[in-house]
Amino acid sequence: MNKSEVSFKVNGRQHRVEVFPMARLLDVLREELQLTGTKEGCGEGECGACTVNIDGRIVNSCLVPVAQVDGSEITTIEGVAGEAELHAVQQAFIEHGGAQCGICTPGMVLAAIDLLERNPKPTEADIRTALAGNLCRCTGYMKIFESVVKAIE
Amino acid sequence: MRAYIPSYQLTTPTSLADVLSLLANEPGIWKPFAGGTDLMVLLEAGRLDHRNYVNIWQLAELRGIEVNNDHVTLGALTTYTDVQTHPVLRTEFPMLCQAAGETGGLAVQNRGTLGGNIVNASPAADSPPALLAYDAEVELVSTQGSRWLPYQGFHTGYKQMLIRPDELLTRIRLPRNTTGATHYYRKVGTRKAQAISKVCFAGVARTNSGHVGDVRIAVGSVAPIVVRCVQTENALKDQSPDAATVKSAQATLRREISPIDDIRSTANYRLQVALNLLADFVATLKS
Repeated sequence: MNKSEVSFKVNGRQHRVEVFPMARLLDVLREELQLTGTKEGCGEGECGACTVNIDGRIVNSCLVPVAQVDGSEITTIEGVAGEAELHAVQQAFIEHGGAQCGICTPGMVLAAIDLLERNPKPTEADIRTALAGNLCRCTGYMKIFESVVKAIE
Repeated sequence: MRAYIPSYQLTTPTSLADVLSLLANEPGIWKPFAGGTDLMVLLEAGRLDHRNYVNIWQLAELRGIEVNNDHVTLGALTTYTDVQTHPVLRTEFPMLCQAAGETGGLAVQNRGTLGGNIVNASPAADSPPALLAYDAEVELVSTQGSRWLPYQGFHTGYKQMLIRPDELLTRIRLPRNTTGATHYYRKVGTRKAQAISKVCFAGVARTNSGHVGDVRIAVGSVAPIVVRCVQTENALKDQSPDAATVKSAQATLRREISPIDDIRSTANYRLQVALNLLADFVATLKS
């Protein structure tokens, strides 16, 4: 099969790439655009390490063929911080031990930001539900949970 | 082993008519590709045998939830997130909302579609038990026209269904007949979140002066297809929801399902859990 052209915005910047249409968005971000902040964990939609935001909704980029993002606006972990300072969620993860090895962290941060954009005053149950699709093998989750709580404050 | 990506085709027509033409002109060559939450898992595992796909994710014609006096009609690309946030579905079809909320994590719910869940035809899928218990119908469209089929009977065997290679599942329709009913949906997996079902039970019923009235039950992961348990329903109908009724309905359910041992559970566990869930469902009809 031939490669085809796909255009989309990532973190506000327009990109046009020649790719096989079934290529995983995850691989295109990491290998074509060198945006390696998005991680691969399970490769089957269980772990959330590859979470990115497409047109306002978080998705697992390992489950999205690149042909389906033509014309879309994507935010990856590289697009979360401001010019001079980190996003409040990132800062809270640093201050409260929410990140250890760092593989789950980009997905956790994007899932937490997505929650706060939909629901600025989430309950504890809301936070747990919002992070349920993101697995962490280091922290035992409490530090991550507490980081999100602190980010809300 | 990971799939060889260049060997796959994913073409993106701009209209439903173009998709249907493609399916009609080369039947069996092209298969629809919606949210990708099942197909991409197979791709990564090197187990996606079919090679040519037609992308339907961009088709606005297949989105949206319409409500009229008789039905709620959902476009095939309705996502689990769309389902959970719809006020009429939350009020009248809560089992479908619960199923949507228990399917994968949020990122999967934003992408997985009801139409995809039906035609992927997994006996362990989460929305089919609710759809069966709610007497859903499905619309199949081709260049020849469209037809509505009852969802009950649509799946004829493991991964087998009444859809022609030139047809696309476009809409799902639910009759608005649940007023005053009790809804009971319970998915049992290895853990509460992010697990595939070992058993999934959906029951909806009305009670009239202490007796079970209309009742519909469907159970997933206990047979090659998700099963509408008509004989078990008949064992409950017009009976008092008491211990004797439970016992007789359980004996019927035992004959109506055929669970197996597989990677997720055992036949014995599945059978016992299905019987327990039936008892739990009947208990909710007492008050």
